[in-house]
Amino acid sequence: MATDKKVVVLEFEKPVHELEEKIKEMRAYTEKTGMDLSEDIKRLEEKAAELRKEIYSNLSRWQRVQLARHPKRPYSLDYIERITGYFEELHGDRRFAEDHAIVAGLARLDKYTVVIIGQQKGRDTKSNIYRNFGMPNPEGYRKALRIFELAAKFNKPVITLIDTPGAYPGLGAEERGQAEAIARNLFEMARLPVPIITVVIGEGASGGALGIGVGDRILMMENAWYSVISPEGCAAILWRDAAKAPQAAEAMKVTAADLVDLEIVDEVIREPEGGAHNDADAAADAVKKAIVTHLKELMKLSPEKLIEQRLEKYARMGAWVEKG
Amino acid sequence: MDWFKRKKKISTSAPKKDVPDGLWVKCDGCGTIIYKKELEKKYYVCSQCDHHFRVGSDVYIDLLFDEGTFKEFNADIASDDPLDFTDVKSYRDKYQATVKKTGLKEAVITGTGKMNKIPVVAALMDFRFMGGSMGSVVGEKIGRAIDMAWKKKQPLIILSASGGARMHEGVLSLMQLAKTSAKLARLAERNIPYISLLTNPTTGGTTASYAMLGDVHIAEPGALIGFAGPRVIKQTIGQDLPPGFQRSEFVRDHGFLDLIVHRHELKQRISDILAFFKHKNPAK
Ligand SMILES: [Zn+2]
Repeated sequence: MATDKKVVVLEFEKPVHELEEKIKEMRAYTEKTGMDLSEDIKRLEEKAAELRKEIYSNLSRWQRVQLARHPKRPYSLDYIERITGYFEELHGDRRFAEDHAIVAGLARLDKYTVVIIGQQKGRDTKSNIYRNFGMPNPEGYRKALRIFELAAKFNKPVITLIDTPGAYPGLGAEERGQAEAIARNLFEMARLPVPIITVVIGEGASGGALGIGVGDRILMMENAWYSVISPEGCAAILWRDAAKAPQAAEAMKVTAADLVDLEIVDEVIREPEGGAHNDADAAADAVKKAIVTHLKELMKLSPEKLIEQRLEKYARMGAWVEKG
Repeated sequence: MDWFKRKKKISTSAPKKDVPDGLWVKCDGCGTIIYKKELEKKYYVCSQCDHHFRVGSDVYIDLLFDEGTFKEFNADIASDDPLDFTDVKSYRDKYQATVKKTGLKEAVITGTGKMNKIPVVAALMDFRFMGGSMGSVVGEKIGRAIDMAWKKKQPLIILSASGGARMHEGVLSLMQLAKTSAKLARLAERNIPYISLLTNPTTGGTTASYAMLGDVHIAEPGALIGFAGPRVIKQTIGQDLPPGFQRSEFVRDHGFLDLIVHRHELKQRISDILAFFKHKNPAK
């Protein structure tokens, strides 16, 4: 859960964080007194780097889920701001409302003009309420669909950024057809005649994530998670105890590396050491590079070929055994 | 129509139990004690209050298709437990136990059949098999049924009875939503009719994919239909849900169902609609 606190340190980040604080103190001391502590500082920095490497190369799935939810983690607009040279946000589904949990707009990215659509979380209580904690209503999906169709009309590739704890489970959302809105997007994205690249940047929870996530390439940040339900939701149903979420995260295999093994994700985007929140610029750079690389390949394909390959891609997904 | 007259407050709680064993059954709708043989003859609809009991795919095959015309295909696709999943017990054990208990091989049966002589391709989900949950096998079998309809240029019927995607297969279950929807998009390009038949319950990922993508949406009376489960919504909004919330009548009144059709009329009404689509208008 997001908080308003300025510094948020996850449990497993603490050892490194403590060292970093110590280094900061020593630097301040040097500045104040002129005493040379550079040897000690260097030694501590090496130790911090080593520790960081050790911790972050051995993260459990649940720890990655926590990183994906880190309140300092870059959100869709943080990436959009860094990877685009031009961005004009477009609003509304032209049917009922504007949904602030999904942002969408026209963008320049590298040498391409594209549309970008992403789920958007808030950073503090006020903005989280405004963004509905990144949980879209049907209008968000219908706005996305409108922008997909706009992209198709003007032959622009589509980039989607996934970061949602789920589609909003509210009364109005049901009345206005949450399920239909998501289903319609899956259907239309499958046959959209332009390249679609999806990047899971944070949380990918269920149909609410997939509702903007059908594409030619599925990329995933190293510390993002993506599954059929949140670990808490799974734990509440199968273990009858939401506190068993860490076990559920392990059992459902929700990490980027897992999704490569399961042949769902095409590429894992490496994050800066310690997670994307430690260096949003570097994280955005990596995202941009990955998008451009895949876009270059996809731009060569005809609309027919794109749609055919997309269908084949999804037809392969899943695992089963067949007798006889 | 009778179902308009039902006086009972429609409950929004979890779906009712399947028809229990024994000679006599108590109706969930009106409390009447019914002789089970009698109920069976009525395809498990209460003759007092028209309550539709939840039934398995075998009853629907009997009800919907001309006698002896239903031919199952892809019967022998089974789950591979791709995640080696274990909660309080292993998915593998639960799966085997479900196969043994229900006599079903998975949560969907696919095949071809005739409805009042009209050849169709059909997929019928079955709630008895792990709550009709959609994992890789359900997605694959339904996907192949869609392919079959595409190839044969025959109408497609998908009967949904499902609590949603199967958690035991994680993201692979989720991707079945995309797989089936993508195949339906291809089917639509050929202008082949697809009728989505929603029964109690149709929720979660099933609703958020093929169940909501039909040319015509038909539901049985009183079925629970929605995306999020009533319990989750209740928790989120912190208040009781209005009577009839997420039931067929509610979903129709909000614009997401074309028709609510009594179980006894399903075959006739569906085949009439298919005949309508099939009809070619005279050139002059
Ligand atoms: Zn009754």
